[in-house]
Amino acid sequence: MHYLIGDLGHFFVLLAAVSAAYTFFIYLKASRLPEGLERTHWLVNGRVGFYVHSAALIGVIVALFGIIYNHYFEYHYAYSHSSRHLPVYYMISCFWEGQEGSFLLWMFWQAILGIILIRTQKEWEAPVMSIFSLVQAFLASMIMGVVIPGLELKLGSSPFILLRDALPDPIFQTNPDFIPADGNGLNPLLQNYWMVIHPPTLFLGFAATLVPFSFCLAGLYYGKFTEWVKPALPWSLFGGAVLGIGILMGGYWAYETLSFGGYWNWDPVENAVYVPWLILIASIHTLMLYKSKQRGLRLSVILVISVFILILYSTFLTRSGILGDASVHSFTDLGLSGQLLVYLLVFTVGAIALTVWRWKHLPATQKELETYTSDFWIFMGTATLCLMGFQVLIPTSFPVINKVAGLFGISSSMAPPADQVGFYSRLQLWFAVGVALLSGIAQFFWWGRSKKENALKPMLMPALISALVTVILVNAYSIYRVDFAALMLSGVFIVISSGQVLYSIWRKNPMITGGSITHVGVGLMLIGILFSSGYSKVVSLNNSGLLISKSASTEFNRDNLLLFINEPRTMAGYEIEFRGERVLSNESGVYLRKSEIELTDDPYKLVALENIIRNEKTIHVQGDTIDINPENTYYEIELRREGKLAARLFPRVQMNPSMGMLSSPDITRGFSRDLYTHVSASISANEKEEVEWSKPEEVTVKIGEQFFVNDYVAVIEKVQPVTSISGFELDSDDVAAEATVRIQGEYETYVAKPVFLIRDTSGEAAVGYLPKEISDLGIRLTLTNIQPKEETFTLTLNTRQKDWVIIKAMEKPFINILWLGTGLLSIGFVVAMVRRFREFSQKG
Amino acid sequence: MKKSHIIALVVIAAAVGVILSTTGDASSYVTFDQAFQMASSGNSKSLHVVGELKKDPSGQVIGIEKSSDNLSFTFILVDEKKKEQLVYHNEPIPPDFMRSEKVVVIGHYEADFFLAEKILLKCPSKYQDNTLKTAMVNP
Repeated sequence: MHYLIGDLGHFFVLLAAVSAAYTFFIYLKASRLPEGLERTHWLVNGRVGFYVHSAALIGVIVALFGIIYNHYFEYHYAYSHSSRHLPVYYMISCFWEGQEGSFLLWMFWQAILGIILIRTQKEWEAPVMSIFSLVQAFLASMIMGVVIPGLELKLGSSPFILLRDALPDPIFQTNPDFIPADGNGLNPLLQNYWMVIHPPTLFLGFAATLVPFSFCLAGLYYGKFTEWVKPALPWSLFGGAVLGIGILMGGYWAYETLSFGGYWNWDPVENAVYVPWLILIASIHTLMLYKSKQRGLRLSVILVISVFILILYSTFLTRSGILGDASVHSFTDLGLSGQLLVYLLVFTVGAIALTVWRWKHLPATQKELETYTSDFWIFMGTATLCLMGFQVLIPTSFPVINKVAGLFGISSSMAPPADQVGFYSRLQLWFAVGVALLSGIAQFFWWGRSKKENALKPMLMPALISALVTVILVNAYSIYRVDFAALMLSGVFIVISSGQVLYSIWRKNPMITGGSITHVGVGLMLIGILFSSGYSKVVSLNNSGLLISKSASTEFNRDNLLLFINEPRTMAGYEIEFRGERVLSNESGVYLRKSEIELTDDPYKLVALENIIRNEKTIHVQGDTIDINPENTYYEIELRREGKLAARLFPRVQMNPSMGMLSSPDITRGFSRDLYTHVSASISANEKEEVEWSKPEEVTVKIGEQFFVNDYVAVIEKVQPVTSISGFELDSDDVAAEATVRIQGEYETYVAKPVFLIRDTSGEAAVGYLPKEISDLGIRLTLTNIQPKEETFTLTLNTRQKDWVIIKAMEKPFINILWLGTGLLSIGFVVAMVRRFREFSQKG
Repeated sequence: MKKSHIIALVVIAAAVGVILSTTGDASSYVTFDQAFQMASSGNSKSLHVVGELKKDPSGQVIGIEKSSDNLSFTFILVDEKKKEQLVYHNEPIPPDFMRSEKVVVIGHYEADFFLAEKILLKCPSKYQDNTLKTAMVNP
């Protein structure tokens, strides 16, 4: 038992919470003092407090990682999130798989951002850091794990809780020092490189939204109603970039790893970050508008505050357990809902109260909003973005609405829409059309090309070209749907108009091109989404429907295709064939056939039965030990076009003891389309079902004589005595004979070595058989008799249904345009951010 | 009236429109009897029904039948009012189907059976698994 590390960790958690609360009060005090020596003293105090807090956080992180890294399974966190077989980079993922670790990650980023702010924002330090410290104190309280005596109120859930305190297992009564030999392991879906970087990116984005929020509240509180915009803007851009990239990483991970067939599923957890991001984008636009045109300050205040409140709300949704049935991947309920609710309400009520109190002092422009200015179009675009978020927010909040209605005695049983993707896409598409057209138009006014007198003139050419391009594309790809064509038009329009702006301002000053690069990216993303989602097509479609009920003769199309091993079928112009199950070698990344390898006692290790050669290169020498992950099976699927190999796919199935079967796709990438294939079911993944073997059939043959088994030609090559058999222990008196049977399959020759065994048990001879199975061919061979006189051998043959796999394949046209747009969007954000940070540091 | 006020009014109107259309499109949690009534009255909207798989007294799941090609299956779901209903799903059996605690079927009635377009499973996840792997004792 390693008590020290956990006690230290817990101490650091408490220190982090207490120091954050302390720092909050110190900075609050400092922010109310006038400039002078006394204030400076308080500031120094606050700084020390925040540094102590940050150091304590590092301490917590080191302790928790130490527990995971050293496999201290006496701790619940290590036991439930890690295991001995995890490589180090996935141990990092374990760290934030649990709620407590992800809170830590969030606090860590906020501590880093806080330190940066302390060092750069002299003027704003006190109020901004007091808000930071308060947020940190709330977050630290979530992992405190302290019971307040007297009240019996539990505050937070500590990651340093011992297993015996977390799980009431009877073994701890007999042996309190029991330590499990291995942990439960990391959710296999998270064992993916994107999951190492996606959560930190997302949480950095979350953390970044705190910065503009703090500046805004500080500005309101201090009466610096306009000055806060300048330091806040670059941080909003930073947040927009990081959060956006984080969300898209998540989408890309889903595309590669999950088998729902896409990158976005409108799951409540996805929605919970999508909505704040949209509002964040809206706030960036109003902040920029205020900065250059002194208009829209009040709206900026509302939006900046809303972003942070929405982040808190989404935290509440995903972590309080309220989503329950509605989502597949929210965190488990740790009993923190009360605390989370307090956290949410404190900041919501506080921010709203402050805004209401100061509302009248916020300068509002009295100028009429002119249609022929960028102001008007940016406001329209902002409004559309907000509505876009609102439409997603409402159904995502159904579980909350049901609960709240329940509190007032109204029974509400609203469920999320049955067809989530269809439901959201229908309206989101039109909002996207609106945003794209409005931002395309706004740019012309923003860069001063359109004035009241000639408003339409500069837009005319881009609009005409866009219309022309759209007409061509619509006809080339048969996009005969009003909504899709509209999305295409708006996407093309924003690409062309922003492209044109980009070209002309690039020559003047590349530093100011951030916005237009981002907008080109948005346009490309819309076009990519239109094609890849709107025209995603199931290519494994077949109509082998069956009658399911006597009274209904309904037949349904099937999205899945059943493939037997080595039996080609046709699908979407391809000849498709299942070639067998494979295992992946960890070191060489080569897929191994089962006939090439032998299992060992350690499920994580295999031995090569022969030299394993791929592309004329020897990858593994006979007898090599090969590391594998025993949970993974890969299904080799060959696609041929006109007899030529088009692609070899290896979709994966993971059989995880606690999670069951998890299927991940393999994707054949092409410029114009991706082919996306995943396994829906397979014979080996159907563990609940016993494999049915045929009635035994006997053949008696001589060496070298051909016989048939399951229609395959087979021959006994030799029979010889053996003294050792792998995976079976022979006694010294045992007599064992091993037959070498060679069977000619469709593509390769298989060798099976069944053993016939005579054992002397107390004077009587007992006969034993060690049958061998060739799973690819669905054959089992048993050597059941030897007739020495006739020199014949009797084999008992069993056959079963051949190996099969059910796959679903989809085509995703032009998905690469989406990824390209994503890249441009990110680059544009970075350019804009660099510009605004420079602006701040030059004149700041 | 200022233009910004007009925009604000339009936005509010749109927001109300969004709320109305959203609640209009929302599905709801119902029992099989309610779902059947809605289908009989010509409402083919997709509904959520929560239930459990039918089990024999020894706790074995019964009533699952696969099509011969494994591509679809039918099963019997017992809803919260204890009504048993034949459900058809046009996909292979989901991997964790048998060990699910609760099944949510989303779909509608087709004549005498319930056509599940989507199935959500609530499985005893590893987080709620309160049993230890005590077999591997490490003193």
